[in-house]
Amino acid sequence: MSTAPRRVAVTGLGVICALGHDVPSFWNALCAGRSGIGRIETVDTTNVRIQNGAEVRDFDPAQHFEGAQVDLLDRFAQFALVAAREAVRDSGIEFTPELRQRTAVVTGSSVGGQNSQDSQFWAVYHNNSPRVHPLTIPRIMPNAGASHISMEFGISGPAFTISTACASSNHALGQAFAMVRSGAAELAIAGGSETPFSFGFLKAWEAMRVVAPDTCRPFSRDRRGLILGEGGAMLVLEPLERAQARGATVHAEIVGFGMSADAGHITTPSTEGPARAMAGALEDAQISAEAVGYINAHGTGTTNNDCTETRAIRQVFGAHADRLAVSSTKSMHGHALGGASALEAVATVLALRNAVLPPTANFTTPDPECDLDVVPNQSRAAEVEYALSNAFAFGGLNAVVAFRRAE
Amino acid sequence: MSDELAEKVQSAIATSKRIPREQISLDSTLESLGLDSLDQLNLLFALESDFNISIPDDEAKAIRTVREMVEGVRKLVAGSSGQAAATVA
Repeated sequence: MSTAPRRVAVTGLGVICALGHDVPSFWNALCAGRSGIGRIETVDTTNVRIQNGAEVRDFDPAQHFEGAQVDLLDRFAQFALVAAREAVRDSGIEFTPELRQRTAVVTGSSVGGQNSQDSQFWAVYHNNSPRVHPLTIPRIMPNAGASHISMEFGISGPAFTISTACASSNHALGQAFAMVRSGAAELAIAGGSETPFSFGFLKAWEAMRVVAPDTCRPFSRDRRGLILGEGGAMLVLEPLERAQARGATVHAEIVGFGMSADAGHITTPSTEGPARAMAGALEDAQISAEAVGYINAHGTGTTNNDCTETRAIRQVFGAHADRLAVSSTKSMHGHALGGASALEAVATVLALRNAVLPPTANFTTPDPECDLDVVPNQSRAAEVEYALSNAFAFGGLNAVVAFRRAE
Repeated sequence: MSDELAEKVQSAIATSKRIPREQISLDSTLESLGLDSLDQLNLLFALESDFNISIPDDEAKAIRTVREMVEGVRKLVAGSSGQAAATVA
């Protein structure tokens, strides 16, 4: 195992969400500023105030999984696998027995197999069913995505799942990055997935009173809350030298990672915690604040988050905050909770690679408390060298990943 | 105005926030009673259960004082009993 820190390349991308079932359709929608938010169709919403969400449409599991395999997979694990397959294919990696043992899988999920839990618990609580499906436990467990990815590719290195609510995937990416950088792993598949659309879970979100009745308008003065989304995204990480040696396409590099805890309120974010996570990512990347050209914001569209995040960005970036582009792609793919920052990591990598910054969609009115350049409604051509992707979770747990454009 | 509904709302605040009932008056602001965002969610949950009403998010967000909360609940209770009467009729 080498001890010198290694540069970490992103060589594979995979995604499925409300904007499409693969990377090209995801990117086309982001560039067009097209929102995937609409009426919820997978859950009967008659008795819940939440009516809109960013659901994955026209997904047929039978197109992706053969025979009995699908019985093992909750929808959130299906999305993890679909995204991982695309990412591995994209990376062009060829697994050898040795590489399989030296590859890590790190996934993020906040709530695991929500659909399976809801339907099976409903069966016993409401229908007085004497039994639930025998695979309920392996479907519900939040690590199911990581486990199925490891089995699919025969990956037998470190594999685990991180659950830090809305920051889960960034924490997962950060751990994978650290392992590849240090040499603890030779390759990593990292990201996350989530499927928050079940009746019980929607009722729980309804009670939190942070979900918008219409759409998600981050940083806009008339924003009314977040919109839940579902999906999964995975990235393949490997040492830059290895990627170059095998002639792989390097989409971007991950260059830094910062974490912090607010140690304050369980649901109200602080300015200090997010600011320290962003500063930590810059320090880890050994770059100045002025080097950053774009931030993919946490940008949930709630009253609290967006002004707190604005203050945190101003605290870290000072005068440079007025020269930064900051957008929230949650305005288009919704808030996929534990999978959100994986979707946003892919969006950030593509923004660097394609020199186009995705917009904050659904923006109508500037808010003096969110006075940043939020790239309203229209994507923008811009060569950016460094970008951050922010994730600030309920529970006050913050994780920020720093990316660099490929050379 | 002191009435049964106003008393019930103030008792719900006392119970939910675990503060003495005497601290609460109609003129108290939720902020002065120390109710943060989560406390307010807990209170809304208690009021919805106690009065069998559904409090819309936008109306809940606009409430600053105990008096506004009492009047908001009164309006919703009147609306729901009106609906019930219409259904019976």
